[in-house]
Amino acid sequence: MGRPAVTQPFTTVEDLAARIPDGAKVALAPDYSGCSMVTVRALIARGARNLHLVGVPSVGFQGDMLIGAGCVATLESAAVTLEEYGPAPRFTAAIKAGTLRMIDGTCPAIHAGLTAAEKGIPFMPIRGIVGSDLLENRDDWTIGRDPFGDEDGPIVMVKAIRPDVTLIHAPLADRQGNVWIGVRREMMLMAHASRQTFVTAEDIYDGDLLADPRMAAGTIPGLYVSEVAEAANGAWPVGLFGQYGADEAHLRDYLKRARSDEGFAGYLDEFVFAPRAAE
Amino acid sequence: MTADFLPEELLIATVADMLQDLDHVAVGAQSPIPGSAALLARARSNGALRVSMLGSEANSPFTDGGRELFDCAAQGRIDAFFLGGGQIDGQANINLVGIGDYPETKVRFPGSFGSAYLYFLVPRVILFREEHTPRVLVPKVDFISAPGVSDEGTYRVGGPHALVTGRCVFDFDKAEKRFRLRSVHPGHTVEEIREQTGFDYDEPDDAPETPAPDAATLDLLRGRVADEVSERYPSFAARIFGAANAA
Repeated sequence: MGRPAVTQPFTTVEDLAARIPDGAKVALAPDYSGCSMVTVRALIARGARNLHLVGVPSVGFQGDMLIGAGCVATLESAAVTLEEYGPAPRFTAAIKAGTLRMIDGTCPAIHAGLTAAEKGIPFMPIRGIVGSDLLENRDDWTIGRDPFGDEDGPIVMVKAIRPDVTLIHAPLADRQGNVWIGVRREMMLMAHASRQTFVTAEDIYDGDLLADPRMAAGTIPGLYVSEVAEAANGAWPVGLFGQYGADEAHLRDYLKRARSDEGFAGYLDEFVFAPRAAE
Repeated sequence: MTADFLPEELLIATVADMLQDLDHVAVGAQSPIPGSAALLARARSNGALRVSMLGSEANSPFTDGGRELFDCAAQGRIDAFFLGGGQIDGQANINLVGIGDYPETKVRFPGSFGSAYLYFLVPRVILFREEHTPRVLVPKVDFISAPGVSDEGTYRVGGPHALVTGRCVFDFDKAEKRFRLRSVHPGHTVEEIREQTGFDYDEPDDAPETPAPDAATLDLLRGRVADEVSERYPSFAARIFGAANAA
């Protein structure tokens, strides 16, 4: 006996972008994890609007580009970071212009909110945070007490975070919709917590990722995966862990161009709109 | 005499001295100097010190995704960590969010990352910020990402241990809730530090000079540590140790 041989038809990147509706709450991974840059470009091309992005626990180029392209109404994140490339230019400009609602968080509180959703419970207690101005600005965080005793003092509770969609890029997916992420298990948490999970995969695994325990331990079961699209080089230009590095020259060029509205518009024309117009 | 070492090498050696006899040091993103210091301390410990560097493939023991570092800290398994700040004040509050009246910040920083949590849980948090000017070291931060001190009754096993800048080292006195000047880096003066620090702090009658790294430390730093740190911070390693090796 074995698992039923469900052959999940793969879809396209454009279809993934079309299935992320305007206004959706979309969970994204940081640049060092699995970023579906190819779908981010498709979202920009389709003119997505009013997205609520959740950085798990921070966002990088994905966030900066979507914000710059006017796709984002709200960003919930512990940080927006382009690491050594410097401050995120479009994020910074949007904050300055007051066009982005920023919900500032802290990494473990985002993990805790997703963990609550993963467990199907309304909130999660978490250490620290007491006395931080972050707490003053969150109506979805509150202070409570340990119901079993009082030795620990006040304890922060964060509301569950239930994204509509998790959007990630992974090294491998099989035809049953199982997705291999290795040790980058924040993507497992994201998939568990989200209503739907959309994946682009670098390569298709010929076989069943759950059949080999060495692969299964690092695999998101197809149970949690809504759609998969094959997309070689789908994390370009930020890179994909264990597969390929960042395209540093391209990212530096982005940074330079995204400093101004015109420069950023030119970048989008060249790398988002023109390639589609040519098809 | 002035020894031949770079200011960054002094900072690395100074921070490494604060990591003696610990079991586990974690290093966050964008921290080449603290990362080098942790690797130097590990090299000196003959491998007894465990170093976990976020974003490193060679030096990260975590297999449970982004949350594991934080869970690990809450379990008491991390002895030291590093935090910085766009602003740091005299009570060791740190601001990683922005300058101005939040949320309408005039200058926006990347965000709080894990600071609001790790500052409470890691016993020895070393604040590190190379820029030592009144715009960074302020009387009161505009936004508290993570507070330096907490009310009694708050669960807090961690907190600020010291503040290392490009000019000096401050210790943090938890009872007095104040910084105290520990040492002045070679080439800098107590007067200059007073002038460049926006918050009030205590000062000994005769503040010593920050000890210069000795020859054995520099050898280790420019050899093994340079090699190890280049995996995570290649451009930093090339700039600092490439230059130091060529000098």
